[in-house]
Amino acid sequence: METTFQDVLLIGGGGAGLRAAIAVAEAYPELSIGVVSKVYPMRSHTVSAEGGAAAVIGPGDSLDAHAYDTISGGDWLTDQDAVEAFVREAPEEMVRLEHWGCPWSRTPDGHVAVRPFGGMKLERTWFAADKTGFHMLHSLYQTALKHEALTWYDEWFATRLLVEGGRCQGVVAIELGTGRVHALLARSVVLATGGAGKVFAFTTNANVKTGDGMALAYRAGVPLKDMEFVQYHPTGLPFTGILITEAARSEGGWLLNKDGYRYLQDYDLGTPEPTPVKRSMELGPRDRLSQAFVGEVEKGRTIDSPYGPVVHLDVRHLGEKKIDAKIPFVRELCLKYQRADPVHELIPVRPVVHYMMGGVSTGLDGETALPGLYAAGEVACVSINGANRLGSNSLTELLVFGARAGRAAAEFAKEQPEEPGRDAVAQAVDEERRLGRLLEGDGGGNGAERVAPLREAMQKTMEEGAGIYRDQAGLEHAAGRIAELRERYGRVALDDRSLTFNTELPAYLELGCMLDVAETVIHSGLERRESRGAHQRRDFPERDDERYLAHSLAFRSEGGDAGGGAPRIELQPVTITRWPPGERVYGR
Amino acid sequence: MAQETVTFEVRRYRPEREEAPVWERFEVPVREEWMVLDALNHIKDHVDGSLSYRWSCRMGVCGSCGMTVNGEPVLTCATYVASLPRDRPVRVEPLAAFPIVRDLVVDIRDFLVKLKKVKPWLLRKEERSPAEGEYLQTPEELADYKQYSMCINCLLCYAACPIVPLEPDFVGPAAIALAQRYNLDSRDQGQAERMAALSTEHGVWACTFVGDCSVVCPKHVDPAGAIQRYKVSATADWFRSVLMPWRGR
Repeated sequence: METTFQDVLLIGGGGAGLRAAIAVAEAYPELSIGVVSKVYPMRSHTVSAEGGAAAVIGPGDSLDAHAYDTISGGDWLTDQDAVEAFVREAPEEMVRLEHWGCPWSRTPDGHVAVRPFGGMKLERTWFAADKTGFHMLHSLYQTALKHEALTWYDEWFATRLLVEGGRCQGVVAIELGTGRVHALLARSVVLATGGAGKVFAFTTNANVKTGDGMALAYRAGVPLKDMEFVQYHPTGLPFTGILITEAARSEGGWLLNKDGYRYLQDYDLGTPEPTPVKRSMELGPRDRLSQAFVGEVEKGRTIDSPYGPVVHLDVRHLGEKKIDAKIPFVRELCLKYQRADPVHELIPVRPVVHYMMGGVSTGLDGETALPGLYAAGEVACVSINGANRLGSNSLTELLVFGARAGRAAAEFAKEQPEEPGRDAVAQAVDEERRLGRLLEGDGGGNGAERVAPLREAMQKTMEEGAGIYRDQAGLEHAAGRIAELRERYGRVALDDRSLTFNTELPAYLELGCMLDVAETVIHSGLERRESRGAHQRRDFPERDDERYLAHSLAFRSEGGDAGGGAPRIELQPVTITRWPPGERVYGR
Repeated sequence: MAQETVTFEVRRYRPEREEAPVWERFEVPVREEWMVLDALNHIKDHVDGSLSYRWSCRMGVCGSCGMTVNGEPVLTCATYVASLPRDRPVRVEPLAAFPIVRDLVVDIRDFLVKLKKVKPWLLRKEERSPAEGEYLQTPEELADYKQYSMCINCLLCYAACPIVPLEPDFVGPAAIALAQRYNLDSRDQGQAERMAALSTEHGVWACTFVGDCSVVCPKHVDPAGAIQRYKVSATADWFRSVLMPWRGR
């Protein structure tokens, strides 16, 4: 068993992981830091984020205004202490990124430019044209390269947390290039593995977004919070699921049904104006826009496409010059992947799974219920997003809570003894044996099942049973199907038994993670008998603050490693500081 | 959804099984909106789970899925099968100029060493604290380097470059373009520091300006232009008069 030791280990090399790594390196240069990522860090899914990152900058804006938009946007399921920390630290983090070279779009006098965004009352979304996530990720990665304290474990796949003496002491990881299994021991670990969109069939998420970090924490007994809240972004391209950024609407784009009618006016989202009005119509929040789409489907006012019903996003009236200046990537993506030029043509779009509001339950410094384990970014749920995330808050969240988690993990690491645990190594040896058995075709599988068909069945199940609208019967049916798939998962046999860059083994392990995540989504959704934000129950259409102004916590049930089974769901009160629950009002 | 069967010839190399790469043939039912990557995914999911290749975002921005298709370096997530000739099989090979690890996966570690060598981060004589606010930069100053900041590290340019296989120490197109991305950034003061890696026989002077790198770049970064521009600025001090006629380019 090959073992190495780092003071702080980051799992995930996207925005949150890199920000955490830099935070540790800057604050505690004496600490050793490992960045473990299953892809080269610049391939991480942060790269795909388009529209922007929110932080108060302009005159007339205020931290309270950003907080209120975020809290009401999240349908009051946000923890307001977390939101207050978030909006307070956001501007500094964004300036820091500017100092690290991020090519933010500018005003003529050289200041950073901001644009409006859905659910935001004022312009506070910083942007780098419409490749904001790409530029943020590359700026962070290139800046991180200068820190010699960082050891890069590129294309290493973490499969298990090592827990000894009641604290997290590292991970087991497969070095994908060679197939070698390593014990990466550490004094503290930060999960920054991102979301789990691939649990669903139709998603903007990259192939790597398989909920690995969520599953690792869950299996170690850490609860997953608010997993029933899955964000559908209203504008995805129909076949590929490629995202057409909200910036297309914030720059003035319209959503039209088959009659060319701006249908959002029929869904209590305001009255149509020729130019964008903030917190109104096309600049309403994502949950409400995606729900309005379903309304149009039911009224028979959508357009049929080979990939299901669509509506149209119309940006033609913005003109070629503005499109090329402000949303060039939208044009590039439409031309390349939809073979349509938005300068002259309508863009067919439909809602697409985009973001997990839920995740590993953390406190304000990314700390989890397991000492030594931290989490930040989409993998985490510190509860700034509540029941519906506002566009452009997640990129900022990576920075604010990535930095916080990094610093907290470093401080924790400094207080731990130097000697890594023996039990941790023994656990790693166990894990190495389990992985070895899978490659020997002796993982219990008899060859009857393959990875891809099970994954497709899971994705279809989730789409049908846990989509934009849900009910008891649909969720229960989905729960039964997932349990069945979990049982079939035990019979998978791999085609690929080789050690050198085996990509089927990680795909198999990812599927296991996704089945865990799927179960928490469904069972948390069953437990929440109300409608709030992105969780809409046909059988309980109203928000119920009396019973459910509370987070759901999904704990793994005691069923042994193989079993899993339905998680145990507990409720935990929401933290309210200054904004008592109220009505979500858009467009009036 | 029109569908037709297309023959793919995929380069396989499983070091535990073969001494040298071999071709394997697959018949794939392709839909008209499929990219080459969709066809590879079909093979992996439904025919042979052991086929290895990298991919992730499938929207042309993560840079993972560069391969050689019919002899050309391309992003497979951005290459329609329908755009390829139908009179012969579609040939998919790993990206040229890098050692093959397995099947369509190549070893790119050497690129990361070179990238770090050019110090692709903002260098300042004095760092400003966030409390002092942002560095000002006009849209014109941004435009000066923006193109070079669009590099997604897909490495198609290394596969296309005729110098890379001949000169293993050549820093290469993407890394030089990224160095220029910082050199030309009005906030940066690190040009002299980067010169150590750039202005050598392994840096810009190894480039013979063939320009293939810019032709294959899926993001129009124009590494050849970046290299040429650096050559001009690096020599300007000494040979200003000789090079003046080129400056208008």
